[in-house]
Amino acid sequence: MTELSSQKQSTLEAIAAATTLDALEEQRVGALGKKGWVSLALKTLGQMSPDERKEAAPAIQAVRGEVADALEAKKAELESAALEAQLANETIDLTLPGPDMKSGSVHPVSQVMDELAEIFADLGFAVATGPEIEDDWHNFTALNMDESHPARAMHDTFYFPDAAPDGGQMLLRTHTSPVQIRSMKEQGAPIRLIAPGRVYRSDSDATHTPMFHQVEGLVVDRDIHLGHLKWTLETFFKAFFEREDIVLRLRPSYFPFTEPSVEVDVGYSNEGNRRVVGGHGDDEGHDWMELGGSGMVNRRVLEMAGVDPDEFQGFAFGLGIDRIAMLKYGMNDLRAFFDGDPRWLSHYGFSPYDQPTLSAGVGARP
Amino acid sequence: MKFSLTWLKDHLHTEASLQEITDALNAIGLEVEGVEDPAERLAGFTVAHVLTADKHPDADKLQVLTVDTGEGDPLQVVCGAPNARAGMKGVLGLPGAVVPANGMELRKSAIRGVESNGMMCSVSELELGDDHDGIIELPDDAPIGHSFAKYHGSSPIIDVAITPNRPDCMGVYGIARDLAAAGLGTLKPIAFPKFEAAGSCPVEIRTDDTEGCPAFYGRVIKGVKNGPSPDWLGQRLQSAGQKPISLLVDLTNYLMLAFGRPSHVYDLAKLEDAVVARRAKAGEEVLALNEKTYTLDDSMTVIADDAKVLGIGGVIGGDGTGVQDDTTDVLLEIAYFDPAQCGVTGRRLGLATDARTRFERGVDPEFLADGLDLLTGLIVELAGGEASETIGAGAPPSEAKVVSFDTAMTAKLGGVEVAEEEQRRILESLDFEVGADWQVTCPLRRHDIEGPADLVEEVVRIHGLDKVESVALPRMDGVARPTATSQQLLERKVRRAAAGSGLDEAVTWSFLPTDAAEHFAPEGEQLWVLDNPISEDMKAMRPSLIPGLLFAAKRNADHGASTTRLFELGRRYFRGKDGMSDERPTLGVVLAGEKTGRGWASGKATHFDAYDAKATAIALLAAAGAPADRLMVMEPVAEGTGTQFHPGQSATLRLGPKKVLARFGMLHPATLKAFDVDGPVAAIELYLDAIPAKKASKGPVSFARPSFTPPALQAVTRDFAFLVPDELAAEDLLKAVRGSDKANITAAYVFDVFTGEGVPEGKKSIAIEVTLQPQEKSFKDKELKAIADTVVAAAGKVGAELRG
Repeated sequence: MTELSSQKQSTLEAIAAATTLDALEEQRVGALGKKGWVSLALKTLGQMSPDERKEAAPAIQAVRGEVADALEAKKAELESAALEAQLANETIDLTLPGPDMKSGSVHPVSQVMDELAEIFADLGFAVATGPEIEDDWHNFTALNMDESHPARAMHDTFYFPDAAPDGGQMLLRTHTSPVQIRSMKEQGAPIRLIAPGRVYRSDSDATHTPMFHQVEGLVVDRDIHLGHLKWTLETFFKAFFEREDIVLRLRPSYFPFTEPSVEVDVGYSNEGNRRVVGGHGDDEGHDWMELGGSGMVNRRVLEMAGVDPDEFQGFAFGLGIDRIAMLKYGMNDLRAFFDGDPRWLSHYGFSPYDQPTLSAGVGARP
Repeated sequence: MKFSLTWLKDHLHTEASLQEITDALNAIGLEVEGVEDPAERLAGFTVAHVLTADKHPDADKLQVLTVDTGEGDPLQVVCGAPNARAGMKGVLGLPGAVVPANGMELRKSAIRGVESNGMMCSVSELELGDDHDGIIELPDDAPIGHSFAKYHGSSPIIDVAITPNRPDCMGVYGIARDLAAAGLGTLKPIAFPKFEAAGSCPVEIRTDDTEGCPAFYGRVIKGVKNGPSPDWLGQRLQSAGQKPISLLVDLTNYLMLAFGRPSHVYDLAKLEDAVVARRAKAGEEVLALNEKTYTLDDSMTVIADDAKVLGIGGVIGGDGTGVQDDTTDVLLEIAYFDPAQCGVTGRRLGLATDARTRFERGVDPEFLADGLDLLTGLIVELAGGEASETIGAGAPPSEAKVVSFDTAMTAKLGGVEVAEEEQRRILESLDFEVGADWQVTCPLRRHDIEGPADLVEEVVRIHGLDKVESVALPRMDGVARPTATSQQLLERKVRRAAAGSGLDEAVTWSFLPTDAAEHFAPEGEQLWVLDNPISEDMKAMRPSLIPGLLFAAKRNADHGASTTRLFELGRRYFRGKDGMSDERPTLGVVLAGEKTGRGWASGKATHFDAYDAKATAIALLAAAGAPADRLMVMEPVAEGTGTQFHPGQSATLRLGPKKVLARFGMLHPATLKAFDVDGPVAAIELYLDAIPAKKASKGPVSFARPSFTPPALQAVTRDFAFLVPDELAAEDLLKAVRGSDKANITAAYVFDVFTGEGVPEGKKSIAIEVTLQPQEKSFKDKELKAIADTVVAAAGKVGAELRG
């Protein structure tokens, strides 16, 4: 037995000293291989008497187990060291960039149109659309501006040489108001809608572009009056700018399609070079800014749109989308809206995941 | 329109401050666009007395003055004006004052070595006129040391925007009347200077066109003396932004600006026989006061004598019959022109004048005789002469509109309760006659009043719109209901999907240069082209979204951008069957420049190719709700005359042969050249209107999806390599393979396409991985072999043979 014990001792030492898997394998073959000393020792059991065997077998098996465990442990150790060494060789420079993930953007006009839809949906308004190439009747006549109406001159209209089916001239709509007519003709009253879209005026300077965006609002029902108009605009602006200190000033004005007609001003203050809405326009450091036109729908307009003006009445308003977008998000150059410059778009555009919702706040957080 | 506060106070007795007046103007609908106080601009300019004037020692044209400013020692001032002399009074600008004409701040300085403590000013330097002949000379009684602004009588100038419905406020008097109604003071009666009218008018006046000119009044004044206007008149006209011309002309302008009443003064010596309002003859020409010649048609009314046209009725006077400095006998004209016809005439001639602005909106039909008397009185008072009796032809409209008014309308429409008595007071203060039964007779000058709503407006604007309280709109119970239409939902999704795929959304002009629009017009399409474009670059309505995005790509490249990946969601404009427009919602994409830039990992920059465009097109169509799995890649659409896409690297995505949902591919090099853009450029157009709408179910929306459980058994894949004819489309082979055993084959895709060594000429090798999905139990070898045989057989039908 001492021989076995000393063999075990020297093998375990050799295993411990092994530095390569090959050296380790050599020890395994020497001990546990077919002709290894453990295997040979096990073979001697066959020639022993039962009693001898009873005594010798557990001892040999124990040696075999010890050697096998030592081999296994050493193997794991050597492999792990080899892996470490390999990984150490695989070090890369992670300050280098990965592949570019392009992020796109949603244009401010689209974003604000989605905001409008969201806020007004809460007030029960649907979104309506209509053609941009309109006929004279829908753009003017049905809105109480017949051919000789002086207010037409204020519209700087783009005309086409083509005649409409009714003989009137084709033109680019100068406002979103024709959608009022089309929607009332289709749906009748009561009706609540907004109609955002492109409109056109032959006007171009630092603050005007020949194409811009407007949103029309229309509510026709029984017993709707100027107080409802005021509330609706106040409620909208409070929700849109997400501040409670919005103060509106209504001024009498004139639009052929409304009577009475009202111009809407909002109080603001200057912070740095930026106009910030909020507060009373007559307060210290504040002033009024014109936001849009509105009024009670002229009964002639209701008649022309096929709605009985003795039963129904309502209000309409028009706001500049580009303008309220600029006020809210701080752009200062309208012309840049239409340039398609990725530098501007990635700065002023919005993440596709900024879909306006009431719970998150319709405004896109910075 | 502009007017001075002084002028307003000619007609309005008021204690109100300027601020109160401008607030009230805004409140009653006469929008104040600006207030300018000339006194502010004249701060630091003083009435001064020149004591001595000596030659400058070193300059021939300069003088050295000593000037008394009423305070302290006289100041030494160097002056270059020839009319500067000892004893005169003038206007001295002191150091610190800013010269209105050039914004220069005056300083104590030395001019050619002589100290100067200010500047003696000319009319033009103070922007009080165009006179350049030396410095201002004030009368001897001008108070030395007095502020010149105060002495000059400068008064704040109010600029008010008058809406087209209020021609009655296109004169200072009308504005005063509105302010008085709003409680800002009392309206003063018009002061008519007295004159004696003697003898009948020696000129015959007629109106042969009672439609265009229902009334034509006139009168002759003989022996007038024309000349410069008195200061009060000149100052009022200047406050309105009008230059004084001569007394007679200025008085007609005064009548218009103060009372909204255009009139005309003819030099009697230049008229021949009767003066008549008649229709113009077609082709008749007239040289107008603005020195332009207009060709008239027979819808227009003119004033003419026997020999010539004297003026275009209600629009502009003619050249050659107006008054001159030496005019002694005049004929005054006050007429009423039909508003609608006057407007049409003005529009046809493209002629906007102050007279037209008033006539086409409607002047006061009750202010013809009075207007004529007022003008006559002012002329006789200021220019002398003897007036004849008035001669009149025709009559202005005289039937007043009567509106049945229910005072409850004010609350019903205006949303504000106003006591009945207050409503009556307001209407009466605006010269409405209110009967006991609330039959309201409108003053003739209020052409804008049509019915009760207009009276509500009068009451509410004078009562105060600020008194209208907000009232909440009635609200549906519970949570707000969805409002978006399916088209709106589709657009929202596809927009955000496009942005999510790395594209920036652009908004470009709806109009294009005609050649660019034609380049992208479909075959046979007649574009919408503007009659009056703002420029040639914005003339034709776009038939495609690609050109506008290409222009943007070019601009971006021009300022150094290496890549442009833009999309736009907007309309293309076509012609509908009924002559109206057919506007089709479309999504355009342009991918220009580098797809990936140079990089340490990949080396060279890469560019977009047609497969990038295809992948984007399909992904966006899927986002828009199109059945992406049923899309067929087919030939490009017919492109009309302009080559748009690369013929070999572009295609359409269709649902059936006629249902084109999108086109995509590389743009044709000729297109890139025409747009001056460096290639390659990939582009996409999705026709959003062509995407089939989801069927709207009746009743509540069903949100439940078809039931589905992922198969429990693992799918197996098999690879096949086929030799196919070179021209065979990979999709045709895939279709054959997929269709060969629809029950078991769930997917098939190409993983290799190869030509070259080992592949015969005219052939290519296509390798396909086929996914087989066992349903109830796993495939046995025999079954797999059978499926493989079916696949090979099906492929054989499109000319593919299995590679050995």
